[in-house]
Amino acid sequence: MKQKQHGFWDDVKKYRTLLLMLTPAVLFFLVFAYVPMAGIVLAFKQYNYTDGIIHSPWNGLDNFRFFFGSGDAWRVTRNTALYNIAFIVVNNVLQIFAGILLFEVAGKWFRKITQTILFLPYFISWVVVGAIAYNLFNFDVGTVNVLLKGLGMQPVDIYNTAAYWPVILVVVSAWKALGYGTIMYLAAITSIDTEMYEAAEIDGANIFQRIMKITVPNLIPTVIILVLLAIGNIFRGDFGMFYNMVGNNGLLFSSTDVIDTFVFRSLTTSNEIGMSAAAGFYQSLLGFATIMLANYAVRKYDKDRALF
Amino acid sequence: MSTTTAKIQTAKVRKRVNTDRLTLSIIGYATLIVLAVFCIVPFLLVVSASLSEESSIIEKGFQLIPSTFSTEAYGLLFKYPAEMLRAYGVTITVTLIGTVLGLFLTSMTAYVLSRRDFKWRGRFSFFFFFTTLFSGGLVPSYLLIINFLHLKDTLLVLILPMLMNVFYIIVMKSFMSSIPDAITESAKIDGAGDFRIFLQLIVPLSKPALATIGLFIALAYWNDWYNALLYISKSELMPLQYYLYKMLGNMDGMRKAMMASGAVVNTDLPTESLKMAMTIVATGPILLAYPFIQKYFVQGLTIGAVKG
Repeated sequence: MKQKQHGFWDDVKKYRTLLLMLTPAVLFFLVFAYVPMAGIVLAFKQYNYTDGIIHSPWNGLDNFRFFFGSGDAWRVTRNTALYNIAFIVVNNVLQIFAGILLFEVAGKWFRKITQTILFLPYFISWVVVGAIAYNLFNFDVGTVNVLLKGLGMQPVDIYNTAAYWPVILVVVSAWKALGYGTIMYLAAITSIDTEMYEAAEIDGANIFQRIMKITVPNLIPTVIILVLLAIGNIFRGDFGMFYNMVGNNGLLFSSTDVIDTFVFRSLTTSNEIGMSAAAGFYQSLLGFATIMLANYAVRKYDKDRALF
Repeated sequence: MSTTTAKIQTAKVRKRVNTDRLTLSIIGYATLIVLAVFCIVPFLLVVSASLSEESSIIEKGFQLIPSTFSTEAYGLLFKYPAEMLRAYGVTITVTLIGTVLGLFLTSMTAYVLSRRDFKWRGRFSFFFFFTTLFSGGLVPSYLLIINFLHLKDTLLVLILPMLMNVFYIIVMKSFMSSIPDAITESAKIDGAGDFRIFLQLIVPLSKPALATIGLFIALAYWNDWYNALLYISKSELMPLQYYLYKMLGNMDGMRKAMMASGAVVNTDLPTESLKMAMTIVATGPILLAYPFIQKYFVQGLTIGAVKG
């Protein structure tokens, strides 16, 4: 046996190939994730292009004061959080429901075809979803208004009415995520030990009891992981979705503006570098705090179920 | 208990089980058919609109079954396909390079992190994982890419920012962790280096995970329009989805593009049906490929769910 003391450099030498193999990934995340983290200083600066990030003057908390004083902060935070909570609840309930039904129905072909159709929306880009929405909701030629007119009712100006959008966006989110989540839950159901079902059947449990007493409880670990991951993103709006569905339609901002669209707009159209950096930093902090809290809560309840 | 009463009892239970099964089947088939219709009808509406005569769309709006059949919109698209083909070219190039490179780097990184004998695997894992908890936000990344990396209006900006993703590394790592250590050990005894073990042993054994993650990456590249929205202003570098996005919002641009490709200036382009035809053409390859892709997807997600 070797008694020699192993120093840091001995380890480096020992793992040199492995370390070399990690180098591209480390560099990638350094450049595209850690360097931007350092860019958070922008939130505390009065950025101008001639001085650049490093030499622009500090302005303390002015950017934050501006952001919170504008009245937009509360609106975008509320919208982002409420939409995500609605997405998490509606999508997971629907997906679990569809997963269970898909597992229980008998026909193999029926199952395959349904699965394929449910998965369809997942594969298309948000731009295409935007085009589909236009097809449905356009005032003059949209299908919804065609139907309303056909029923002898007044057409509705969906693209200019804020009140419709929470419902539309929740439905669109459910539509796009349904297939993916359903398969995820179906996979989890398939891995449940069949002996449990057989035992329950012998004890005289009916199929609904089996679902409620075996399938659903066994799905809880999967639900926790998926929800925990989603909670970490509760203050992150799905930019692709909101931007392609709503665009820069100011009439709808009261119900559709989320932190991400707000930051994008302040950056690209009004060029408010400092303020959008402040808003982005605020978003990251909220997200970080939420995931820590959620993880802590799950850890308290069951240590093995936590993310970390 | 006599055998006859036992038999009657079993028969009763069976009967009840059968009616329960029947109820569940009815609910199951009905619900799944409704959900499938909900998922597929929006697509059919777009297909129908793309095959309708413009005048009937203006008059009657978008309908599920075209009242007048016309392939004029497609005819126009394929008559002057230069712009569209260029956008296809950009997307195919970016998707190919990005997927191959991204898959290679993701799996190599995941392999190192899956090696139980690697002393610093925990630390490196945390280095990667932390980037999902906290980020600098849009503004610092934007300035980094524009001002420091000078990637604006290059093909690289469409490839690099999406090259690696922590979630894919984690899924791949959990798959590779399930490959027995004995394989690595015996190869080491035979004198193979770490990189060679990865390339010649681990990669062939990880095919299902590679297929799944590869498809995830390819799909993300194919559907990407966000990086183009932020960083691409030259029309010859526009990927397909961003080109579609531009055209949907701006039919004047469409007219110009048609003129540039040599079309006779036609003041009354069939705008509505053309938008829908473009949507179909931009989605086409995905729609054709995805029923085949999907089966790997399900396999891969099963792996994810079992490991998760």
